[in-house]
Amino acid sequence: MEMTFAEKILAKYSDEKNIVPNKIVNVTPDHLLTHDNTAAIIQKIQNELDKYGIYSNKMPIIVLDHVIPAATEKTALNHKKIREFVKEFKIKNFFDVGFGICHQIVIEKGFALPGKLILGSDSHTCSYGAVGTFSTGIDRTEAASLLLSGETWLKVPNSIKINLKNKLQKGVYAKDTILKIIGDISASGANYCSIEFHGDVNELTIDDRFTITNMGVEMGAKNSVFLVDDVTIGYLNSIGISKSNYDITYADKQALYIKEFDYDLSHIEPMIACPHSVDNVKPVDEIEGLEIQQCFIGTCTNGRISDLKIAAEILNGKKISKNVRLIILPASIDIYENALNLGIIKTLVKSGAIILPPGCGPCLGAHQGVLAPGEKCISTANRNFKGRMGCKDAEIYLASPATVAISAIKGKITNPKEVLL
Amino acid sequence: MKIWRYGDNVNTDMLFPGKYTYSCSTADEIIPHLLEDLDSSFSKDVKKGDIIIAGKNFGCGSSREQPVIGLKAVGIKAIIAESFARIFYRASINQGLVLIESPDFVKAFSGNDSIELNLIKGIIKINKKNFSFPKLPKEITEIQNSGGLLEYTRIKLKKKNK
Repeated sequence: MEMTFAEKILAKYSDEKNIVPNKIVNVTPDHLLTHDNTAAIIQKIQNELDKYGIYSNKMPIIVLDHVIPAATEKTALNHKKIREFVKEFKIKNFFDVGFGICHQIVIEKGFALPGKLILGSDSHTCSYGAVGTFSTGIDRTEAASLLLSGETWLKVPNSIKINLKNKLQKGVYAKDTILKIIGDISASGANYCSIEFHGDVNELTIDDRFTITNMGVEMGAKNSVFLVDDVTIGYLNSIGISKSNYDITYADKQALYIKEFDYDLSHIEPMIACPHSVDNVKPVDEIEGLEIQQCFIGTCTNGRISDLKIAAEILNGKKISKNVRLIILPASIDIYENALNLGIIKTLVKSGAIILPPGCGPCLGAHQGVLAPGEKCISTANRNFKGRMGCKDAEIYLASPATVAISAIKGKITNPKEVLL
Repeated sequence: MKIWRYGDNVNTDMLFPGKYTYSCSTADEIIPHLLEDLDSSFSKDVKKGDIIIAGKNFGCGSSREQPVIGLKAVGIKAIIAESFARIFYRASINQGLVLIESPDFVKAFSGNDSIELNLIKGIIKINKKNFSFPKLPKEITEIQNSGGLLEYTRIKLKKKNK
Protein backbone atom coordinates (compact mmCIF):
# COMPACT_ATOMS: atom_id res chain seq x y z
CA MET A 1 0.00 0.00 0.00
CA GLU A 2 1.25 3.49 -0.86
CA MET A 3 1.84 5.57 2.28
CA THR A 4 2.07 9.22 3.31
CA PHE A 5 5.06 10.62 5.21
CA ALA A 6 3.22 10.41 8.55
CA GLU A 7 2.10 6.83 7.92
CA LYS A 8 5.63 5.74 7.07
CA ILE A 9 7.15 7.35 10.15
CA LEU A 10 4.52 5.91 12.47
CA ALA A 11 4.92 2.47 10.87
CA LYS A 12 8.67 2.69 11.43
CA TYR A 13 8.42 3.79 15.05
CA SER A 14 5.61 1.47 16.10
CA ASP A 15 6.67 -1.65 14.20
CA GLU A 16 3.04 -2.05 13.11
CA LYS A 17 2.36 -3.20 9.57
CA ASN A 18 -1.22 -2.15 9.03
CA ILE A 19 -0.98 1.64 9.39
CA VAL A 20 -4.17 3.47 8.45
CA PRO A 21 -5.57 6.85 9.54
CA ASN A 22 -7.14 6.86 13.05
CA LYS A 23 -5.26 3.75 14.18
CA ILE A 24 -3.57 4.23 17.54
CA VAL A 25 0.08 3.22 17.83
CA ASN A 26 2.67 3.23 20.60
CA VAL A 27 5.93 5.01 19.88
CA THR A 28 9.23 5.86 21.52
CA PRO A 29 10.43 9.21 20.15
CA ASP A 30 14.08 9.99 19.44
CA HIS A 31 13.81 13.10 21.59
CA LEU A 32 11.50 14.81 24.05
CA LEU A 33 11.73 18.61 24.14
CA THR A 34 10.79 20.60 27.23
CA HIS A 35 11.65 24.17 28.23
CA ASP A 36 10.97 26.32 31.31
CA ASN A 37 7.97 24.06 31.87
CA THR A 38 10.40 21.27 32.88
CA ALA A 39 10.10 22.56 36.46
CA ALA A 40 6.34 21.92 36.51
CA ILE A 41 6.84 18.58 34.72
CA ILE A 42 9.32 17.14 37.21
CA GLN A 43 7.25 18.42 40.14
CA LYS A 44 4.44 16.06 39.04
CA ILE A 45 6.64 12.97 39.21
CA GLN A 46 9.10 13.62 42.04
CA ASN A 47 8.31 10.33 43.82
CA GLU A 48 8.63 8.27 40.64
CA LEU A 49 11.88 9.99 39.68
CA ASP A 50 13.30 9.11 43.09
CA LYS A 51 12.11 5.52 42.77
CA TYR A 52 12.64 4.63 39.10
CA GLY A 53 14.79 7.39 37.61
CA ILE A 54 14.32 8.50 34.00
CA TYR A 55 13.89 6.34 30.90
CA SER A 56 16.97 7.75 29.15
CA ASN A 57 19.28 10.70 29.72
CA LYS A 58 19.77 11.11 25.97
CA MET A 59 16.11 11.45 25.02
CA PRO A 60 15.33 14.78 26.78
CA ILE A 61 16.35 18.10 25.29
CA ILE A 62 15.85 20.91 27.79
CA VAL A 63 16.17 24.55 26.72
CA LEU A 64 15.53 27.49 29.03
CA ASP A 65 13.96 30.13 26.80
CA HIS A 66 10.46 31.18 27.83
CA VAL A 67 11.16 33.67 30.60
CA ILE A 68 14.87 34.45 30.38
CA PRO A 69 16.76 35.93 32.13
CA ALA A 70 14.34 35.16 34.97
CA ALA A 71 11.75 37.90 35.47
CA THR A 72 10.68 37.01 39.00
CA GLU A 73 11.88 35.03 41.99
CA LYS A 74 9.46 32.27 40.99
CA THR A 75 10.83 31.93 37.44
CA ALA A 76 14.38 32.06 38.83
CA LEU A 77 13.54 29.24 41.22
CA ASN A 78 12.06 27.21 38.34
CA HIS A 79 15.31 27.59 36.40
CA LYS A 80 17.31 26.57 39.49
CA LYS A 81 15.22 23.42 39.99
CA ILE A 82 15.70 22.48 36.33
CA ARG A 83 19.49 22.88 36.60
CA GLU A 84 19.48 20.61 39.67
CA PHE A 85 17.39 18.01 37.83
CA VAL A 86 19.76 18.13 34.84
CA LYS A 87 22.73 17.56 37.14
CA GLU A 88 21.11 14.77 39.17
CA PHE A 89 19.97 12.76 36.15
CA LYS A 90 22.96 13.62 33.94
CA ILE A 91 20.76 14.99 31.15
CA LYS A 92 22.98 15.15 28.05
CA ASN A 93 21.19 17.87 26.10
CA PHE A 94 20.71 20.93 28.29
CA PHE A 95 20.81 24.52 27.04
CA ASP A 96 20.75 27.08 29.81
CA VAL A 97 19.47 30.68 29.64
CA GLY A 98 21.06 32.51 26.72
CA PHE A 99 21.45 29.74 24.12
CA GLY A 100 18.24 30.58 22.32
CA ILE A 101 14.68 29.55 21.55
CA CYS A 102 14.10 25.81 22.00
CA HIS A 103 12.90 25.15 18.43
CA GLN A 104 15.85 27.02 16.94
CA ILE A 105 18.26 25.02 19.14
CA VAL A 106 16.70 21.67 18.16
CA ILE A 107 17.28 22.40 14.46
CA GLU A 108 20.56 24.34 14.74
CA LYS A 109 22.25 21.72 16.96
CA GLY A 110 21.23 18.90 14.64
CA PHE A 111 18.74 17.07 16.89
CA ALA A 112 16.06 17.33 14.20
CA LEU A 113 17.04 15.04 11.33
CA PRO A 114 15.18 13.55 8.37
CA GLY A 115 13.03 10.55 9.26
CA LYS A 116 13.24 11.11 13.05
CA LEU A 117 10.37 11.45 15.53
CA ILE A 118 10.44 14.26 18.12
CA LEU A 119 7.75 15.16 20.66
CA GLY A 120 7.76 18.32 22.75
CA SER A 121 5.64 20.01 25.38
CA ASP A 122 5.31 23.11 23.22
CA SER A 123 2.85 23.57 20.38
CA HIS A 124 5.48 24.84 17.91
CA THR A 125 7.37 21.54 18.10
CA CYS A 126 5.81 20.98 14.66
CA SER A 127 8.62 23.21 13.26
CA TYR A 128 11.10 20.39 12.65
CA GLY A 129 9.31 19.24 9.52
CA ALA A 130 11.49 21.97 7.96
CA VAL A 131 14.25 19.34 7.81
CA GLY A 132 12.05 16.29 7.22
CA THR A 133 11.43 15.32 10.88
CA PHE A 134 8.04 14.14 12.15
CA SER A 135 7.46 16.34 15.19
CA THR A 136 4.44 17.36 17.20
CA GLY A 137 3.36 19.02 20.43
CA ILE A 138 2.09 17.30 23.57
CA ASP A 139 1.20 18.57 27.06
CA ARG A 140 3.23 18.72 30.28
CA THR A 141 1.70 15.62 31.84
CA GLU A 142 2.49 13.58 28.77
CA ALA A 143 6.07 14.90 28.83
CA ALA A 144 6.28 13.77 32.48
CA SER A 145 5.05 10.32 31.53
CA LEU A 146 7.54 10.15 28.64
CA LEU A 147 10.44 11.12 30.91
CA LEU A 148 9.61 8.08 33.05
CA SER A 149 8.46 5.51 30.51
CA GLY A 150 9.89 6.63 27.15
CA GLU A 151 6.70 5.86 25.26
CA THR A 152 3.32 7.28 24.36
CA TRP A 153 0.45 6.79 21.91
CA LEU A 154 -0.16 8.64 18.66
CA LYS A 155 -3.14 8.47 16.35
CA VAL A 156 -2.22 8.00 12.70
CA PRO A 157 -3.33 11.27 11.05
CA ASN A 158 -4.96 11.92 7.72
CA SER A 159 -2.68 13.90 5.42
CA ILE A 160 -3.09 17.09 3.41
CA LYS A 161 -0.89 17.84 0.42
CA ILE A 162 0.05 21.43 -0.47
CA ASN A 163 1.65 21.88 -3.88
CA LEU A 164 3.77 25.01 -4.33
CA LYS A 165 4.86 26.32 -7.70
CA ASN A 166 7.03 29.14 -9.06
CA LYS A 167 8.92 31.73 -7.02
CA LEU A 168 7.97 34.47 -4.57
CA GLN A 169 8.14 38.05 -5.83
CA LYS A 170 10.61 40.53 -4.29
CA GLY A 171 9.22 41.85 -1.00
CA VAL A 172 7.16 38.70 -0.43
CA TYR A 173 8.40 36.01 1.96
CA ALA A 174 7.73 32.61 3.51
CA LYS A 175 5.74 34.37 6.24
CA ASP A 176 3.36 35.86 3.68
CA THR A 177 2.99 32.41 2.13
CA ILE A 178 2.01 30.66 5.33
CA LEU A 179 -0.31 33.51 6.37
CA LYS A 180 -2.05 33.26 2.99
CA ILE A 181 -2.43 29.48 3.42
CA ILE A 182 -3.77 29.76 7.00
CA GLY A 183 -6.21 32.46 5.91
CA ASP A 184 -7.55 30.10 3.25
CA ILE A 185 -7.53 26.83 5.19
CA SER A 186 -8.67 28.44 8.54
CA ALA A 187 -7.47 27.97 12.10
CA SER A 188 -9.10 24.54 12.31
CA GLY A 189 -8.89 23.48 8.67
CA ALA A 190 -6.04 21.02 9.20
CA ASN A 191 -7.09 19.75 12.66
CA TYR A 192 -5.43 16.43 13.58
CA CYS A 193 -3.85 16.25 10.07
CA SER A 194 -0.31 15.92 8.78
CA ILE A 195 0.59 18.58 6.19
CA GLU A 196 3.09 17.80 3.44
CA PHE A 197 4.58 20.50 1.19
CA HIS A 198 5.40 19.40 -2.35
CA GLY A 199 6.30 21.02 -5.67
CA ASP A 200 8.79 23.84 -6.29
CA VAL A 201 10.11 23.76 -2.74
CA ASN A 202 13.69 23.95 -3.95
CA GLU A 203 13.29 27.74 -4.05
CA LEU A 204 12.67 27.85 -0.31
CA THR A 205 15.62 27.88 2.12
CA ILE A 206 15.57 25.99 5.44
CA ASP A 207 14.84 29.32 7.17
CA ASP A 208 11.81 29.78 4.88
CA ARG A 209 10.62 26.22 5.51
CA PHE A 210 11.07 26.67 9.26
CA THR A 211 8.77 29.72 9.18
CA ILE A 212 6.16 27.73 7.27
CA THR A 213 6.24 24.48 9.31
CA ASN A 214 6.37 26.47 12.56
CA MET A 215 2.88 27.79 11.85
CA GLY A 216 1.34 24.41 10.95
CA VAL A 217 -0.27 24.25 14.39
CA GLU A 218 -2.04 27.57 13.68
CA MET A 219 -4.31 25.65 11.32
CA GLY A 220 -4.61 22.73 13.72
CA ALA A 221 -2.07 20.41 12.08
CA LYS A 222 -0.43 17.61 14.01
CA ASN A 223 2.78 18.02 12.05
CA SER A 224 3.94 19.88 8.97
CA VAL A 225 6.76 18.72 6.73
CA PHE A 226 8.90 19.55 3.72
CA LEU A 227 10.16 16.35 2.17
CA VAL A 228 13.95 16.17 2.06
CA ASP A 229 15.78 17.55 -1.00
CA ASP A 230 19.21 18.98 -1.88
CA VAL A 231 18.46 22.10 0.17
CA THR A 232 17.89 19.99 3.31
CA ILE A 233 20.98 17.87 2.70
CA GLY A 234 23.06 21.00 2.01
CA TYR A 235 21.84 22.65 5.20
CA LEU A 236 22.61 19.59 7.32
CA ASN A 237 26.09 19.38 5.75
CA SER A 238 26.63 23.03 6.69
CA ILE A 239 26.01 22.18 10.37
CA GLY A 240 28.37 19.19 10.16
CA ILE A 241 25.86 16.35 9.64
CA SER A 242 26.48 14.15 6.64
CA LYS A 243 23.92 11.95 4.93
CA SER A 244 25.20 8.80 6.58
CA ASN A 245 23.81 10.09 9.90
CA TYR A 246 20.15 9.91 8.95
CA ASP A 247 17.61 7.81 7.15
CA ILE A 248 15.33 9.87 4.88
CA THR A 249 11.61 9.10 4.78
CA TYR A 250 9.66 10.06 1.65
CA ALA A 251 5.91 9.83 1.04
CA ASP A 252 4.95 7.38 -1.72
CA LYS A 253 3.86 8.90 -5.03
CA GLN A 254 0.37 7.37 -4.91
CA ALA A 255 -0.28 7.97 -1.19
CA LEU A 256 -3.80 9.06 -0.27
CA TYR A 257 -4.48 12.63 0.84
CA ILE A 258 -7.81 13.86 2.19
CA LYS A 259 -7.29 17.32 0.66
CA GLU A 260 -4.93 18.93 -1.85
CA PHE A 261 -4.22 22.62 -2.35
CA ASP A 262 -2.21 24.38 -5.07
CA TYR A 263 -0.41 27.67 -4.53
CA ASP A 264 1.36 29.76 -7.15
CA LEU A 265 4.02 31.54 -5.08
CA SER A 266 4.41 34.27 -7.70
CA HIS A 267 0.81 35.39 -7.03
CA ILE A 268 1.22 35.86 -3.27
CA GLU A 269 1.26 39.43 -1.93
CA PRO A 270 2.49 40.70 1.47
CA MET A 271 -0.12 39.43 3.97
CA ILE A 272 -1.04 40.30 7.54
CA ALA A 273 -3.03 38.44 10.21
CA CYS A 274 -5.35 40.88 11.98
CA PRO A 275 -6.66 40.64 15.57
CA HIS A 276 -7.53 38.33 17.26
CA SER A 277 -7.01 35.17 15.25
CA VAL A 278 -4.24 33.88 13.02
CA ASP A 279 -6.67 33.09 10.19
CA ASN A 280 -8.01 36.66 10.01
CA VAL A 281 -5.61 37.27 7.13
CA LYS A 282 -5.71 40.23 4.68
CA PRO A 283 -3.33 41.67 2.11
CA VAL A 284 -1.16 44.33 3.84
CA ASP A 285 -2.55 46.88 1.35
CA GLU A 286 -6.02 46.58 2.90
CA ILE A 287 -4.98 47.97 6.26
CA GLU A 288 -2.04 50.10 5.17
CA GLY A 289 -1.72 53.32 7.18
CA LEU A 290 -2.93 51.89 10.50
CA GLU A 291 -0.81 53.46 13.28
CA ILE A 292 1.12 51.11 15.57
CA GLN A 293 3.04 51.67 18.79
CA GLN A 294 5.23 48.55 18.96
CA CYS A 295 7.08 46.54 16.31
CA PHE A 296 8.59 43.15 17.09
CA ILE A 297 10.97 41.09 14.96
CA GLY A 298 11.98 37.71 16.39
CA THR A 299 10.47 34.47 17.81
CA CYS A 300 10.75 30.88 16.58
CA THR A 301 8.85 31.98 13.47
CA ASN A 302 11.09 34.80 12.24
CA GLY A 303 14.18 35.41 14.40
CA ARG A 304 16.78 33.90 12.08
CA ILE A 305 19.76 35.51 10.35
CA SER A 306 17.88 35.87 7.04
CA ASP A 307 15.08 37.70 8.88
CA LEU A 308 17.48 40.07 10.64
CA LYS A 309 19.28 40.69 7.32
CA ILE A 310 16.03 41.73 5.64
CA ALA A 311 15.24 44.07 8.54
CA ALA A 312 18.75 45.57 8.42
CA GLU A 313 18.54 46.17 4.66
CA ILE A 314 15.35 48.16 5.15
CA LEU A 315 16.48 50.01 8.29
CA ASN A 316 20.02 50.76 7.05
CA GLY A 317 20.74 54.49 7.47
CA LYS A 318 17.17 55.22 8.59
CA LYS A 319 15.55 55.96 11.95
CA ILE A 320 12.40 54.36 13.24
CA SER A 321 9.38 56.59 13.86
CA LYS A 322 9.50 58.42 17.19
CA ASN A 323 6.02 57.03 17.90
CA VAL A 324 7.09 53.37 17.98
CA ARG A 325 9.33 50.96 19.89
CA LEU A 326 11.15 48.41 17.73
CA ILE A 327 12.10 45.22 19.59
CA ILE A 328 14.42 42.74 17.88
CA LEU A 329 15.26 39.31 19.20
CA PRO A 330 17.71 36.91 17.53
CA ALA A 331 16.41 33.34 17.90
CA SER A 332 19.74 31.97 19.18
CA ILE A 333 23.14 33.08 20.41
CA ASP A 334 24.74 31.73 17.22
CA ILE A 335 22.41 33.90 15.13
CA TYR A 336 23.17 36.87 17.43
CA GLU A 337 26.92 36.38 16.98
CA ASN A 338 26.56 35.98 13.24
CA ALA A 339 24.49 39.18 13.10
CA LEU A 340 27.17 40.99 15.13
CA ASN A 341 29.91 39.81 12.77
CA LEU A 342 27.93 40.91 9.73
CA GLY A 343 27.29 44.38 11.17
CA ILE A 344 23.55 43.75 11.24
CA ILE A 345 23.16 44.46 14.96
CA LYS A 346 24.95 47.81 14.56
CA THR A 347 22.60 48.82 11.74
CA LEU A 348 19.56 47.80 13.77
CA VAL A 349 20.69 49.57 16.95
CA LYS A 350 21.55 52.74 15.02
CA SER A 351 18.05 52.78 13.58
CA GLY A 352 16.64 52.82 17.12
CA ALA A 353 15.96 49.11 17.77
CA ILE A 354 16.11 47.50 21.22
CA ILE A 355 17.91 44.12 21.05
CA LEU A 356 16.66 41.47 23.47
CA PRO A 357 18.48 38.30 24.57
CA PRO A 358 17.76 35.12 22.54
CA GLY A 359 14.57 33.64 23.98
CA CYS A 360 10.81 33.87 23.63
CA GLY A 361 10.71 37.46 24.92
CA PRO A 362 7.43 39.34 24.56
CA CYS A 363 5.75 36.67 22.39
CA LEU A 364 3.86 35.10 25.28
CA GLY A 365 3.24 38.25 27.28
CA ALA A 366 5.26 37.29 30.34
CA HIS A 367 7.80 40.15 30.20
CA GLN A 368 10.04 42.30 27.94
CA GLY A 369 7.60 44.29 25.83
CA VAL A 370 4.12 43.80 27.29
CA LEU A 371 1.50 46.00 25.61
CA ALA A 372 -0.75 48.64 27.20
CA PRO A 373 -4.54 48.86 26.66
CA GLY A 374 -5.37 50.42 23.31
CA GLU A 375 -1.91 49.78 21.83
CA LYS A 376 -1.28 48.03 18.53
CA CYS A 377 1.76 45.86 17.82
CA ILE A 378 2.96 44.52 14.48
CA SER A 379 4.94 41.35 15.07
CA THR A 380 6.68 38.52 13.24
CA ALA A 381 5.39 35.99 15.82
CA ASN A 382 2.96 33.19 15.15
CA ARG A 383 0.01 34.15 17.40
CA ASN A 384 -2.14 37.24 17.75
CA PHE A 385 -4.67 35.91 20.26
CA LYS A 386 -6.38 38.40 22.52
CA GLY A 387 -4.15 38.94 25.56
CA ARG A 388 -1.22 37.11 23.99
CA MET A 389 1.27 39.92 24.64
CA GLY A 390 0.07 40.42 28.19
CA CYS A 391 -2.91 42.78 27.65
CA LYS A 392 -6.39 41.80 26.51
CA ASP A 393 -7.19 45.31 25.31
CA ALA A 394 -4.25 45.50 22.89
CA GLU A 395 -4.12 44.37 19.26
CA ILE A 396 -1.49 42.20 17.54
CA TYR A 397 -0.91 42.06 13.77
CA LEU A 398 1.31 39.31 12.31
CA ALA A 399 3.49 39.92 9.26
CA SER A 400 6.90 39.31 7.68
CA PRO A 401 10.11 40.91 9.02
CA ALA A 402 10.14 43.21 5.97
CA THR A 403 6.62 44.46 6.66
CA VAL A 404 7.46 45.00 10.35
CA ALA A 405 10.72 46.84 9.56
CA ILE A 406 9.19 49.26 7.06
CA SER A 407 6.20 49.80 9.36
CA ALA A 408 8.63 50.74 12.18
CA ILE A 409 10.11 53.50 10.01
CA LYS A 410 6.72 54.88 8.99
CA GLY A 411 5.00 54.39 12.36
CA LYS A 412 2.12 52.78 10.54
CA ILE A 413 1.44 49.52 8.72
CA THR A 414 3.17 49.69 5.33
CA ASN A 415 3.62 47.34 2.36
CA PRO A 416 7.35 46.52 2.02
CA LYS A 417 7.11 46.27 -1.75
CA GLU A 418 7.03 50.09 -1.80
CA VAL A 419 10.66 50.28 -0.66
CA LEU A 420 11.99 47.04 -2.09
CA LEU A 421 10.85 47.42 -5.68
CA MET B 1 -26.33 23.01 36.52
CA LYS B 2 -25.33 25.94 34.37
CA ILE B 3 -24.42 25.78 30.70
CA TRP B 4 -21.61 28.08 29.61
CA ARG B 5 -21.87 28.83 25.91
CA TYR B 6 -18.94 29.98 23.75
CA GLY B 7 -18.18 30.24 20.03
CA ASP B 8 -15.49 29.01 17.64
CA ASN B 9 -11.71 29.03 18.19
CA VAL B 10 -11.69 29.52 21.97
CA ASN B 11 -7.91 29.55 22.31
CA THR B 12 -5.55 28.75 25.18
CA ASP B 13 -4.88 32.45 25.89
CA MET B 14 -8.62 32.97 26.40
CA LEU B 15 -8.81 29.88 28.62
CA PHE B 16 -5.78 30.85 30.69
CA PRO B 17 -3.61 33.90 29.83
CA GLY B 18 -0.02 33.13 28.86
CA LYS B 19 1.33 35.73 31.28
CA TYR B 20 0.48 33.41 34.20
CA THR B 21 1.98 30.22 32.75
CA TYR B 22 5.15 30.38 34.83
CA SER B 23 3.59 31.75 37.99
CA CYS B 24 0.61 29.39 38.40
CA SER B 25 0.69 25.61 38.29
CA THR B 26 -1.56 24.28 41.08
CA ALA B 27 -5.37 24.18 40.73
CA ASP B 28 -5.77 26.81 43.49
CA GLU B 29 -3.44 29.19 41.66
CA ILE B 30 -5.07 28.52 38.29
CA ILE B 31 -8.79 28.76 39.14
CA PRO B 32 -9.02 32.58 39.70
CA HIS B 33 -7.64 33.15 36.16
CA LEU B 34 -9.76 30.58 34.27
CA LEU B 35 -11.27 32.13 31.13
CA GLU B 36 -10.19 35.54 32.49
CA ASP B 37 -9.95 37.32 29.12
CA LEU B 38 -13.01 35.55 27.65
CA ASP B 39 -15.63 35.68 30.42
CA SER B 40 -14.81 37.44 33.67
CA SER B 41 -17.85 35.92 35.43
CA PHE B 42 -16.74 32.33 34.83
CA SER B 43 -14.29 31.75 37.65
CA LYS B 44 -16.60 33.44 40.18
CA ASP B 45 -19.83 31.67 39.19
CA VAL B 46 -18.80 28.24 37.88
CA LYS B 47 -20.12 25.30 39.93
CA LYS B 48 -19.47 21.58 40.08
CA GLY B 49 -21.45 19.76 37.39
CA ASP B 50 -21.60 22.71 34.94
CA ILE B 51 -21.17 22.05 31.22
CA ILE B 52 -19.38 24.10 28.54
CA ILE B 53 -20.81 24.08 25.01
CA ALA B 54 -18.63 25.58 22.28
CA GLY B 55 -18.09 25.72 18.52
CA LYS B 56 -15.16 24.60 16.41
CA ASN B 57 -11.53 24.16 17.46
CA PHE B 58 -11.94 24.57 21.23
CA GLY B 59 -8.56 24.83 22.99
CA CYS B 60 -6.50 25.85 19.96
CA GLY B 61 -3.09 27.45 20.44
CA SER B 62 -0.43 26.59 22.98
CA SER B 63 0.45 23.42 24.83
CA ARG B 64 -1.12 24.71 28.05
CA GLU B 65 -2.54 22.27 30.52
CA GLN B 66 -3.39 24.80 33.25
CA PRO B 67 -6.90 25.42 31.86
CA VAL B 68 -7.49 21.65 31.72
CA ILE B 69 -6.35 21.23 35.34
CA GLY B 70 -8.48 24.22 36.38
CA LEU B 71 -11.65 23.15 34.54
CA LYS B 72 -11.35 19.65 35.97
CA ALA B 73 -10.78 21.04 39.48
CA VAL B 74 -13.86 23.31 39.43
CA GLY B 75 -15.92 20.27 38.45
CA ILE B 76 -16.84 20.88 34.80
CA LYS B 77 -18.83 17.75 33.93
CA ALA B 78 -18.02 17.91 30.20
CA ILE B 79 -17.07 20.23 27.38
CA ILE B 80 -19.19 19.59 24.30
CA ALA B 81 -17.85 21.20 21.12
CA GLU B 82 -18.05 20.90 17.35
CA SER B 83 -14.33 20.08 17.41
CA PHE B 84 -11.27 20.35 19.64
CA ALA B 85 -7.63 21.24 19.00
CA ARG B 86 -5.40 18.20 19.41
CA ILE B 87 -3.02 19.18 22.23
CA PHE B 88 -5.98 20.34 24.36
CA TYR B 89 -7.72 17.07 23.55
CA ARG B 90 -4.74 14.99 24.66
CA ALA B 91 -4.29 17.11 27.79
CA SER B 92 -7.93 16.49 28.71
CA ILE B 93 -7.54 12.73 28.32
CA ASN B 94 -4.44 12.91 30.48
CA GLN B 95 -6.24 14.83 33.27
CA GLY B 96 -9.52 12.94 32.98
CA LEU B 97 -11.56 15.97 31.82
CA VAL B 98 -14.48 14.79 29.67
CA LEU B 99 -14.59 16.19 26.12
CA ILE B 100 -17.39 15.33 23.70
CA GLU B 101 -17.07 16.08 20.02
CA SER B 102 -20.60 16.39 18.61
CA PRO B 103 -21.15 18.99 15.88
CA ASP B 104 -24.77 17.86 15.41
CA PHE B 105 -25.59 18.45 19.06
CA VAL B 106 -23.91 21.87 19.17
CA LYS B 107 -25.80 22.98 16.06
CA ALA B 108 -29.13 21.72 17.46
CA PHE B 109 -28.69 23.31 20.88
CA SER B 110 -30.76 26.53 21.09
CA GLY B 111 -29.31 27.99 24.27
CA ASN B 112 -32.39 27.53 26.43
CA ASP B 113 -32.86 23.79 26.07
CA SER B 114 -32.45 21.59 29.09
CA ILE B 115 -30.01 18.79 28.41
CA GLU B 116 -29.22 15.42 29.91
CA LEU B 117 -25.82 13.85 29.58
CA ASN B 118 -25.25 10.12 29.97
CA LEU B 119 -21.54 9.47 29.76
CA ILE B 120 -21.81 5.72 30.19
CA LYS B 121 -24.29 5.24 27.35
CA GLY B 122 -22.63 7.93 25.22
CA ILE B 123 -25.83 9.96 24.77
CA ILE B 124 -26.74 13.64 25.12
CA LYS B 125 -30.44 14.47 25.18
CA ILE B 126 -32.00 17.81 24.18
CA ASN B 127 -35.70 17.79 25.12
CA LYS B 128 -36.58 14.41 23.62
CA LYS B 129 -33.96 14.15 20.94
CA ASN B 130 -30.92 11.91 21.47
CA PHE B 131 -27.45 12.61 20.13
CA SER B 132 -24.99 9.80 20.46
CA PHE B 133 -21.25 10.27 20.55
CA PRO B 134 -18.67 7.60 19.77
CA LYS B 135 -16.75 5.82 22.49
CA LEU B 136 -13.02 6.50 22.65
CA PRO B 137 -10.58 3.78 21.56
CA LYS B 138 -9.65 1.25 24.26
CA GLU B 139 -6.07 2.53 24.52
CA ILE B 140 -7.50 5.88 25.64
CA THR B 141 -10.23 4.59 27.93
CA GLU B 142 -7.53 2.60 29.73
CA ILE B 143 -5.78 5.89 30.54
CA GLN B 144 -9.05 7.44 31.71
CA ASN B 145 -10.01 4.40 33.78
CA SER B 146 -6.65 4.52 35.54
CA GLY B 147 -7.50 8.06 36.70
CA GLY B 148 -5.37 9.94 34.19
CA LEU B 149 -2.06 9.45 32.41
CA LEU B 150 0.26 9.73 35.39
CA GLU B 151 -1.66 7.08 37.32
CA TYR B 152 -1.62 4.90 34.20
CA THR B 153 2.16 5.31 33.91
CA ARG B 154 2.63 4.67 37.65
CA ILE B 155 0.76 1.36 37.36
CA LYS B 156 2.84 0.39 34.31
CA LEU B 157 6.12 1.22 36.06
CA LYS B 158 5.13 -0.71 39.17
CA LYS B 159 4.41 -3.81 37.09
CA LYS B 160 7.67 -3.47 35.18
CA ASN B 161 9.76 -3.04 38.33
CA LYS B 162 8.20 -5.88 40.32
